[in-house]
Amino acid sequence: MFAYIIRRLIATVPVMGVVALFVFSLLYIAPGDPAAVIAGDLATAEDIARIHAKLGLDESFLLRFGHWLWGVLHGDLGVSIFTNLPVAQLIGQRLEPTVALTLTTLAVTVAFAVPLGVIAAWKAGSWIDRLVMLVAVLGFSLPSFVLAYLLVLGFSVELPLLPVQGYVSIREGFAPFIAHLILPSIALGLIYGALIARITRASMLEVLSQDYIRTAEAKGLAQGEVLIRHALKNAAVPIATVIGIGVALLISGVIVTETVFAIPGIGRLTVDAILRRDYPIIQGVILLFSAAYVLVNLAVDISYTLLDPRVRY
Amino acid sequence: MAAVELAAPLPRRHWLTEAVRRHPTVILGLLILLAIGAVAVLAPWLGTSDPLAVSPIRRLRFPAAAYWFGTDAYGRDVYSRTLYGARVSLQVGLGVAALSTAFGLAIGLLTGFNRLADGVLMRVKDGLMSVPPVLLAIALMALTKASLGNVIIAITLSEVPRVARLVRGVVLGLREQPFVEAATAAGTGFLRTLRRHILPNTLAPVLVQATYICASAMITEAVLSFIGAGTPPQIPSWGNIMADGRSYFQLRPYLIIFPGVFLSLTVLAVNLVGDGLRDALDPRLARRL
Amino acid sequence: MGRISAGCWRWAAAAMLAAGLLAPAAHAQTSGKTIRFIPEADLRSLDPIWTTAYITRNHGYMVYDTLFALDEHFKPQPQMVDTWTVSDDKLIYSFTLRDKLKFHDGMPVRSADCIASLARWMKRDGFGQVVAEAVAEMKAVDDRRFSIILKKPFPLLLEALGKLSSNVPFIMPERIAGTDANTQITDPTGSGPFKFVKEEWVPGNKAVYVRNPDYVPRDEAPSWAAGAKIVKVDRVEWLYIPDPGTAVNALAAGEVDWWQQLPADLVPELQKNPDVTIAKVDPLGSIAVMRFNQLQPPFNNRKLRQALLYVIDQKEIMTTLAGDDQSNWRTCYSYYTCGTPMASEAGAGALSGPRDLAKAKALIKDSGYNGDRVVILTATDQPIVDRQAQVAAERLREVGLNVDLQAMDWGTLITRRTSKEPVDKNGWSIFFTWLVGPDMINPALNFPLRAAGEKSWFGWPTDDKIEALRTQWVEAPDLAAQQKIAAELQEEAFASVPYIPTGQFVIPTAFRKNLKGVIVAPVVFLWNVEKM
Repeated sequence: MFAYIIRRLIATVPVMGVVALFVFSLLYIAPGDPAAVIAGDLATAEDIARIHAKLGLDESFLLRFGHWLWGVLHGDLGVSIFTNLPVAQLIGQRLEPTVALTLTTLAVTVAFAVPLGVIAAWKAGSWIDRLVMLVAVLGFSLPSFVLAYLLVLGFSVELPLLPVQGYVSIREGFAPFIAHLILPSIALGLIYGALIARITRASMLEVLSQDYIRTAEAKGLAQGEVLIRHALKNAAVPIATVIGIGVALLISGVIVTETVFAIPGIGRLTVDAILRRDYPIIQGVILLFSAAYVLVNLAVDISYTLLDPRVRY
Repeated sequence: MAAVELAAPLPRRHWLTEAVRRHPTVILGLLILLAIGAVAVLAPWLGTSDPLAVSPIRRLRFPAAAYWFGTDAYGRDVYSRTLYGARVSLQVGLGVAALSTAFGLAIGLLTGFNRLADGVLMRVKDGLMSVPPVLLAIALMALTKASLGNVIIAITLSEVPRVARLVRGVVLGLREQPFVEAATAAGTGFLRTLRRHILPNTLAPVLVQATYICASAMITEAVLSFIGAGTPPQIPSWGNIMADGRSYFQLRPYLIIFPGVFLSLTVLAVNLVGDGLRDALDPRLARRL
Repeated sequence: MGRISAGCWRWAAAAMLAAGLLAPAAHAQTSGKTIRFIPEADLRSLDPIWTTAYITRNHGYMVYDTLFALDEHFKPQPQMVDTWTVSDDKLIYSFTLRDKLKFHDGMPVRSADCIASLARWMKRDGFGQVVAEAVAEMKAVDDRRFSIILKKPFPLLLEALGKLSSNVPFIMPERIAGTDANTQITDPTGSGPFKFVKEEWVPGNKAVYVRNPDYVPRDEAPSWAAGAKIVKVDRVEWLYIPDPGTAVNALAAGEVDWWQQLPADLVPELQKNPDVTIAKVDPLGSIAVMRFNQLQPPFNNRKLRQALLYVIDQKEIMTTLAGDDQSNWRTCYSYYTCGTPMASEAGAGALSGPRDLAKAKALIKDSGYNGDRVVILTATDQPIVDRQAQVAAERLREVGLNVDLQAMDWGTLITRRTSKEPVDKNGWSIFFTWLVGPDMINPALNFPLRAAGEKSWFGWPTDDKIEALRTQWVEAPDLAAQQKIAAELQEEAFASVPYIPTGQFVIPTAFRKNLKGVIVAPVVFLWNVEKM
């Protein structure tokens, strides 16, 4: 197993290499001249040329890529064009809110979606099943920012129960931390939860039709035990897979949710950077997200060994 | 000997009612799609005014007889813009679905059959897939001018890797199948094998995937426009109308509600149809859902 | 090996939710003496000499101080300067600095710091460059006294040293002011009433300032940028909330105290709230501007520009930009800010009369316009720019111009507008922007009115007559003479159309009722404000 992990980690290197190449190419083929931006709106053509040379923008593609990659491997993700601050520092400042939001959303959605999927499968064909599936399909179809605005309107404005915007670190108190994250988690998690509920239901249905379930029921085991101990455990592998894939959905959703709720996380940093064409930040963030995604998938694969004893690496 | 009494034959039902009875949600989805499609095609004749016509005198009016869905911050008629918006969303959805299917099929087949291509392209695919699709689309849009075509291309590029991987998986599985081996042993040409054995079997999952891509592309376009990295602002797309209406959400909620409802309904319909397709084409899955 | 069953997840989530819900909802947090302020934009550059961006200017007023400062009567008052004398021939100005002026790092403010700061300012600022032409030498007599020696009399020198808006001649330590004028400074050390807490700065989200306990305010009452700058709170946080819907709710709920600039359309929403005051603290408002690229076709053609004077409807643009409430805007058919001494309607007939599309079309035909593409740049993240562009684009299409409206973000726009290339090489034809009233009150300050070809502001108009009249204006002996020359200049401007003014508007500000002492001025100042 340890060897498997090492092998997998090594295998991610070429993948990350491709990502790095792609991300760097973004800057290279992008229109607009970062030197012009840095020089400011009152600059002359000579100023721009001078900054061009200073930034090394005249060197060949491979040379620039090499420099950049070398820096990345040393933790230097470059410097933001607009604020002159190191990208690594900017990302570091914004990491906590995004991680908090993502984890909370993950926890809440899995906590709700998996049981709902189980119940729907158990009562397959009944009104509960149809209701859950209907809500799931609706959840899948509603754009997250529309949902976000509706939630704010309902729970922060009409009924002032929850804060409108912002993020409070857990160090400043657990209650405000959670209060600020409830609405964003719901807005972010609904699509994700819908997907998980559907797959849970599908997977459970497949398992529930198996002979060993009938045996367990015939033996007189309580429904709960049958469902959870026998069925869910065996249905868990596809569910875990979809949780892993869903992380990509979460990352995409984080961008919009952070904008609407003014949460100072990486999602908003990314959008601002992309719109302003602040390429060093864009590069750094995409690298980060990709690395996170790759690691999450690795974690999911490892979880297979926990969930399914037949899987051995 | 007594005559054998035959049971009365079952009443014959019309195939349409049968279909509705057995797959209510799919029919619903198709109906909604037809309606939206009709709206998109007939938009100029459905009692609309010019969706681009600016009229600051009438800005931010609530829905009334003269403007059924109200007016936006420039005095433009939201009803007209919403109807025309159907065109954009359908173009994006269908365009992305078609293009990503075509490219994905091509690449998937190529990597399924050719080891070398597989080795190289797989890495590229994995790399691209590890970037969340919306992020990829936004980043690609940042490189180019805002236009409908570029939006379609950007979203397509972010969806192609998934289709390619799906096709590749199917192809790899199929290559091992006895009937394919038999065909090759019998001397069937490569193209023929492709046409008669491989393609028909890839089509089912690819088609299902295509409908989901269509739905996802429509939402992605809305998200892109909402952030400001999507279709050019004067083009009436549902995402753009909502983006314009953001600031006024509490004053004039209809600016987000109308396009939001249309978008959600359309995406819902596509998802329902996709589910139906999956039930129809994959008997194994049909049993479960 | 434990398997994590669904049950465990459920209990954990339920426990978290219960804890959160049972605890009191703490969303109106007690913040002591902290003002939470939503600024007009995101603070990106810390160098108010390098950029003209108003957000950086506002930052400058927090952490720096100036030699002179404009009061509410537009008169320059001494701020860092204690006393000064002018020689009889008006060529030598001698200044003595106030006592006990210190920078945030503890070093005293010396003449050398002032001279270095002024030199850097003169390299970048338009008005500063005009001043530089008149200055022979700036000399330090000792650490607290220095002189500015002129080549010829420059009656507006003190106005220049107390310039209100971008670029403001802020005084920085000599070591920082020595930075090349084309490189941004990153060290925010100044001698102003606030200190910038750089460690807490999160660009795109938050900028933090704390009171400078060593600041010695003047004795006079505060009046715009002049007088006593007494900070009555401990801390000011600038929270950048770009989504207006979110900002409205935050202000209504008390999560922020002051929203610097709100869209006029949201005013009715906040007026309903008994805890919020809406104010128009900006007496002169801002002037919206439509700028042409005069180096390239089609707007290198004077007749075509004149034609558009009959198309652009200020009332329409202002309504779109600033709402139906007419107390928020007014038409201003002048190249100077209406409500100030130089403003008049001389030569404004084409713009102020009823809209005449037929005449416009005739003039367009006359100009020989042959369908050239008109590239209009707009910024989707700047409503004031975008609204103008959308309305104008429609109207221009209606009179038959081949309009290509290109949307981007403001940062990209200000890069695109530096291009002097033709439109098919990524050039531009028109962009929109706005400037604060005080920047446009007379020919010397109004930099878009400069028509010296490629040395002018983006658009590069050329009109020698305007340039000649400007020089005359600067040397005019009295107000009557100034007004006469200004009017003549304006008539020429309406003929050669360096830009089209598209209206004058006020951006409302909103703050909660527990803030007292907000200064009514064209620039936002955070001293004198206290939180009850």
